[in-house]
This record gives sequence, structure tokens and C-alpha cells, in this order.
Amino acid sequence: MSEPKKMALIASKGTLDWAYPPFILASTAAAMEMEVAVFFTFYGLTLLKKDIKAKVAPATNPAMPMKMPFGPQGFQNIEWPMPNVLMGNVPGFETMATSMMKQTFKNKGVATIEELRDICIESDVKLIGCQMTMDVFGFEKDDFVDGVDVGGAATFLEFAAESDIQLFI
Amino acid sequence: MNDMVHEQALDCKGLNCPLPILKTKKQIDAMQSGQVLKMEATDPGSVNDVNAWTRRTGNELVSHSDDGGIYIFYIKKA
Repeated sequence: MSEPKKMALIASKGTLDWAYPPFILASTAAAMEMEVAVFFTFYGLTLLKKDIKAKVAPATNPAMPMKMPFGPQGFQNIEWPMPNVLMGNVPGFETMATSMMKQTFKNKGVATIEELRDICIESDVKLIGCQMTMDVFGFEKDDFVDGVDVGGAATFLEFAAESDIQLFI
Repeated sequence: MNDMVHEQALDCKGLNCPLPILKTKKQIDAMQSGQVLKMEATDPGSVNDVNAWTRRTGNELVSHSDDGGIYIFYIKKA
């Protein structure tokens, strides 16, 4: 094969739903024999922590279908109308929605974020932590999984300039 | 359809995107050139995905069929 294709991603979000696209694309691109680098910045940086605590925030995602991941199929198919005032103000709502989303993903045979991240690391995806965000949030390199590189905008742009695909997530 | 001769088999039934592709890649990597992998999946998206993956990686999709919602792929390693 000729020169491998390259993909450069920026992962800027740290919620469970938005943690998926960068890790799905990065692991799949690596499986398609592309060279991949993901630059984790702002809230995306939390996805590099040894223990990922990403949650989903229903209050800021009004289009999110609210369905139960258990019970008979007819019950599971019901979309529950959840007023924003409830989602934003009931203590523990985010935790509940997060565990329901994780259960739904499991039921549907979707990999966990941790699994996808492990596959990325195994398949030599470059994971780059944004140094500036680390300073702002008070993160140390030791907080992250092994194999994370640290850099800034120029580090990303050098790789992105040589890439066939560049996406901001 | 008759079962084609294959050296390895991989069950991806029940798995969703992108796991069938990631597992196929891992399995193919562990095989010899010219060997055939039989992969079964239930994800309807896997039909387009396996086609795209084989075109990209140069491995050959020898045949694929739909057995009542189970998609069966025979992939020959390049």
C-alpha cells in the first residue's frame, strides 16, 4: 500500500455521549490502517484520566430520547416526556441518566469508552494532552493513562497539516 | 448458502459499531496471507462497514450473505 492516510482529531468535550465519537473514529481509523492523533483539550482532557468519570447531561440535550433500558419491549419503546426543569433540578438526575445510558449501550452491544480507549492505545493512536488545559485544570501527566503525550496547538497543527482528515469534536 | 472453507471464525453477533470491524481487524492481523476468516454479525451497518474496511485495507471480501438477520462475511487476508 502507498503512504498511509492520516487523521487528526480534537476531542474537546468530556460528557459520556461526546466521549464516543473521538474514540470510535480513532479506533476504527487505526483498524483501517490510518495514522491517528487525537488532541484532548478543555473538557476532553478528562477522557485521558486513568478513571473516566464521564456523565451525560440531559438538561443541556433536549433532543435526548428518554427511554428505559429494562422491562418488556413495549415499555422500553416509550419515550418519556421529561421537562427541562425536572432534569436540571432534581438531585441525582444526571447520575441516573448516566447509568441508564450505560445500560442501554451495554444492551445494544456498544463498547465502553474504556474498551475503545484501550484499543486506541493498543493500535498506536497518538493521544496528546493539551498542556495549557492541564495547567488551568491542575492536571498532572501522572493523572493520565500511560502513553499520553503532552503538547500544545503547534504539536496538533503540525500533524493536522499532514493529515487527510481533520475533525473538531 | 453452503459454508465456505475457512481457517478462522469470528462471532460478532450482538455487537454494535465499531466492534465488529475492530475485532475483525485484530483477528485478520493474527492470520496468514491467503487464509479466510468467516465473520458473523447482526449489526446491519456491518454490511457497508466490512465492504469499506476491506476496500481500504486491501483484504478481499470473498462473499457475504444475509441469513435471516445474521450477516455472514468471508474475508481473505491479503
